[in-house]
Amino acid sequence: MSTAVLIFCTVSYHLILISVAGYSGWFNPDTVATLVASLISIAIVLFTTFYKRGGAAFKVREIAGLRAVEDAIGRATEMARPVLYTPGWGGDIQRPTTIASMNILSHIAEKTADYDCRLVYPTHDPVIMAVAQEVVKESYARVGFPDRYRAEDVAYVSSSQFGYAAAVDGLITRLQPASIFLLGTFEAESLILAETGNSINAIQIAGTDSTIQLSFFIVACDYTLIGEEVFAASGYLSGDKSILASVKAQDIMKVLIALFVVVAVIWSTIEAISNVPLSEWWVF
Amino acid sequence: MVGVLMGRRLPLAVCFVFGLVMFLQYFSEHPVAINLNQTILDYWQIVFAFTLIVGIFTYFKNNVTQISRGSDRPFRLVGLAGFVSMPLLALIWGIKADTPFMWMFENVQAPMQSTVFALLAFFVASASFRGFRARSLPAAVLLLSALLMLLSRSNIGGFFSEGLPEIANWIRDYPSMAARRAILIGIGLGSLTTSLRVIIGIERTWLGGDK
Repeated sequence: MSTAVLIFCTVSYHLILISVAGYSGWFNPDTVATLVASLISIAIVLFTTFYKRGGAAFKVREIAGLRAVEDAIGRATEMARPVLYTPGWGGDIQRPTTIASMNILSHIAEKTADYDCRLVYPTHDPVIMAVAQEVVKESYARVGFPDRYRAEDVAYVSSSQFGYAAAVDGLITRLQPASIFLLGTFEAESLILAETGNSINAIQIAGTDSTIQLSFFIVACDYTLIGEEVFAASGYLSGDKSILASVKAQDIMKVLIALFVVVAVIWSTIEAISNVPLSEWWVF
Repeated sequence: MVGVLMGRRLPLAVCFVFGLVMFLQYFSEHPVAINLNQTILDYWQIVFAFTLIVGIFTYFKNNVTQISRGSDRPFRLVGLAGFVSMPLLALIWGIKADTPFMWMFENVQAPMQSTVFALLAFFVASASFRGFRARSLPAAVLLLSALLMLLSRSNIGGFFSEGLPEIANWIRDYPSMAARRAILIGIGLGSLTTSLRVIIGIERTWLGGDK
């Protein structure tokens, strides 16, 4: 891990040298602002991850949706009904939200294995299916119940958006899961799935990075993880210090962005009052 | 040795190298960087095509197994019929206009997809009914904003007040946009940290979750 950081720092250093020296063709000058912002962000994440994680425990505020995860699985176990988890149609494995969703899946799979509760995971993407099978299988093995893993429950259903929605709707209607997790990137199918889940009185915990679909989840589901809460979930559930450290880094970056916005607003207000032409140095 | 290498070290190294390369190429406009990006994207398509084979094989196997167990037999038989018939029709008669494949696509698959999509209209109505109950102050504000927005987007809005569309636009452009941007900043930062955790090997869930 340290080697990776060292390589990263070396490459970043040379990247800055190249950009400053203006080596023709290799560096696109239009991306200077993005490069600077990226390097600052990366430096903050690396600093918090490697230097702060050894310190005091990180405090993460209570997230109702994540606190309810165990209750939702417990409810399904008591009712002898399965838990249904689906990552939505909108994302593929390259998307960070899908990776964050896999982290939550890992935790939920551990619980379902422990409680001997069936976990059904339909997906639209064969790559996600392959990764999810590994994640669920490893989770079942980690808690000591590899025999409870059912490969056919982590299945590819269809790549077509409404084919996927119909397949998951069908599963919800026939299996009557007691708890449904809709965590990932969703598009128009979000409300179709959430309302079907609502119609069978399942506890529903949803979370997505799609701001348009968030409003549908908020009205149709019991708990909704809003935006960044999906990314913080794996650290919250596992208590892993490295992951919590990166959540801390997000907070630091948010403070910096807020400061930047405030300074830009004050600057532009002063310029507007003084009737001088706007410099707009903050626009990039 | 080979097992350890293939199981953990090699995928992590490949992930790190390609993550770094894709990060760096974004800042370059050199033809080499552009070609490299395109080549990697082409290879991703090839890898995806192979995983699709795994997906359809799993779909077929799962359905056959479940049918033999008598579980959800009618649904699975319909699914398998479509799964087998569409490629067969395409292979025998092709996929041009006026072929059986296109007939099936236009008269069976497309209407079924439209039917599922049309469900959304009913679900929006039922979800709105629940969401717009003014049980608290924030819910009342939401209800009021939604009513203003609905009225401003319909012909009846202008009948009540000519200023209604302006109020609705203000709600959309300022309070609503401010909240949306705050969420988007959080998502952007979350995506960045998650990607970085994957690239430098802290996050290994995609490998099955080994620490």
